[in-house]
Amino acid sequence: MTAEIVLQVFRFGFLLLLWLFIFAAFRVVRADLFGGRAGRVASVPPRAAVPGRKRGRGPRTLVVTAGPLSGTKITLGEQPILIGRADDSTLVLTDDFASSRHARLTNRGGQWYVEDLGSTNGTYLDQQRVQGPLLVAPGQPIRIGQTALELR
Amino acid sequence: MTAGPSTDPRAGAPGAATPTRRNTELALLGFAVLITLAAQCIVDLTVTGSLRAELATFGAWFAAIWAGLHLVVRKLAPYADPLLLPAVALLCGLGLTMIHRLDLADEQADAASGGDAPVQLLWATVGAGLFVAVLVVLRDHRLLARFAYTLALVGLVLLALPAVLPASVSEVYGAKIWIRVAGFSIQPGEFAKICLIVFFASYLVDKRDVLALASRRVMGLEIPRARDLGPVLVAWALSILVLVFERDLGSSLLLFGIFVVMLYIATERSSWLLIGLGLFAAGAFLAYQLFGHVRVRVDTWLDPFAYRDEGGYQLVQSLFGLGTGGLFGAGLGGGRPDQVPVAKSDFIAAALGEELGLFGLVALIVVYLILVERGLRTSLVVRDAFGKLLAGGLAFAVAWQLFVVLGGVTGLLPLTGLTTPFVAYGGSSLVANFGLVAILVRISDAARRPAAPPAPPKPAIGEAPTEVVTP
Repeated sequence: MTAEIVLQVFRFGFLLLLWLFIFAAFRVVRADLFGGRAGRVASVPPRAAVPGRKRGRGPRTLVVTAGPLSGTKITLGEQPILIGRADDSTLVLTDDFASSRHARLTNRGGQWYVEDLGSTNGTYLDQQRVQGPLLVAPGQPIRIGQTALELR
Repeated sequence: MTAGPSTDPRAGAPGAATPTRRNTELALLGFAVLITLAAQCIVDLTVTGSLRAELATFGAWFAAIWAGLHLVVRKLAPYADPLLLPAVALLCGLGLTMIHRLDLADEQADAASGGDAPVQLLWATVGAGLFVAVLVVLRDHRLLARFAYTLALVGLVLLALPAVLPASVSEVYGAKIWIRVAGFSIQPGEFAKICLIVFFASYLVDKRDVLALASRRVMGLEIPRARDLGPVLVAWALSILVLVFERDLGSSLLLFGIFVVMLYIATERSSWLLIGLGLFAAGAFLAYQLFGHVRVRVDTWLDPFAYRDEGGYQLVQSLFGLGTGGLFGAGLGGGRPDQVPVAKSDFIAAALGEELGLFGLVALIVVYLILVERGLRTSLVVRDAFGKLLAGGLAFAVAWQLFVVLGGVTGLLPLTGLTTPFVAYGGSSLVANFGLVAILVRISDAARRPAAPPAPPKPAIGEAPTEVVTP
């Protein structure tokens, strides 16, 4: 029979191994949910780091108001926000009517502009089809396929 | 690769936006095989003090099964979910290890017995064969919908066969759910389960509008019309018939639960769940009053220690085993899981719980949860309604079966005699569940495959160059 200490190593080591497998599997689940590499979503700066937030003017969040992702909120920072089906978009849509790189929201001097990136089915700001960059006012709905977004 | 032209040059690289994740699958499969081999080594070293000679053969065979399946998936379902196969591999490996461990215990008690693990490995190979066959034959899961009524007939025949056959062929431990021919015993109910899920999915996709919309609102609840209760009553009656003629609590509960939940998924009406619960309560009460075998199960469940010398012995031993295991378990090979009768099949979860403890048993449950989660996720992502309902039904079947089994082993529910999918000893269950996962893999491939690139947009008729059409 094997020494007692070795048995204890086996006993706990095996449980550790089992949970490591689960950890690895969860990393895959997470990468699958948030697209691309794990931690990709963190490219949107966390709330505390958003500059200009204390000034209390301008929109702070991008809210999905309709569609499968309804309720999703993205805190706005300085970086542009990419919207599309591609895994590395900031907001990854799973919508047959969305293109892989569908639209982009950019911050210029505290104001946000929406641009269509040559999508097949177009981006609409309040009924109007987005051709060039358009200024987005808070509360104005942006429509992409079945998804509607709003700055707040 | 998805829709439309894009200004971003990165979008042009194929596979950049929709990774197949086959390498992830390969790495996790390797991990699962490694864990299995580690477990086998620990069992051998703990019980006998030395590694057995056949370990190398076992390891090579086991690894070959999963390498083979990985290659087949890579070829035939390249976008399939990367977690389905590794989860199955780990469950299968843990099951084989525990069966081998119980073999060793049997050999110590009686040198002539034992040797079930190689048989189970053989069944796993047969299951892998079925997996490959399903992927080869079934190139599109929607094909199944065309054979729905045929499959329903096959399912019903499989389900009814043991009830009709003489007891000498079909009865084991009081349950008439077997077909024993020439040394082989098959539990056709396991295959019937899959056939019926396919049928339920196809039928409910066709009829769900009627079942969901034609209803009256009473006290905030959508009450369906009386005639729309037909399907659920038929499923209920079928379950009762299984209970009466095959004396199998498990299959009966499994079938009815699956049907009610698929009805709920299809119609999104919670009233169906309440109706299902009501019918279940009525059925359970009737069964308790009328059938002795049900009453025995319920009585031993309510107070196993009062019947510890008769029907409750198994459950009492199982509870003692789990208690001995405690948080961290006795260590693989360190417990006495052979003290529970039929530990290899019905009570393998208790054996695992004794040797791996609460932490190990919860890990096992989480691996099942990963499998189920991937199935439900497939159901959310896949584009066609039939695929959604089928994937949801199959995933729920695994979860429901596990719940009923673990509930029985831990004393939460009455004992049923269902098998722990992939882990328990038993050929039919293993092979059928391989088939079930093959269908899930096929649907998940369809779900994650990027949409075919659309035809390039035609220029507007006004901008199009003039064409000369010559006859």
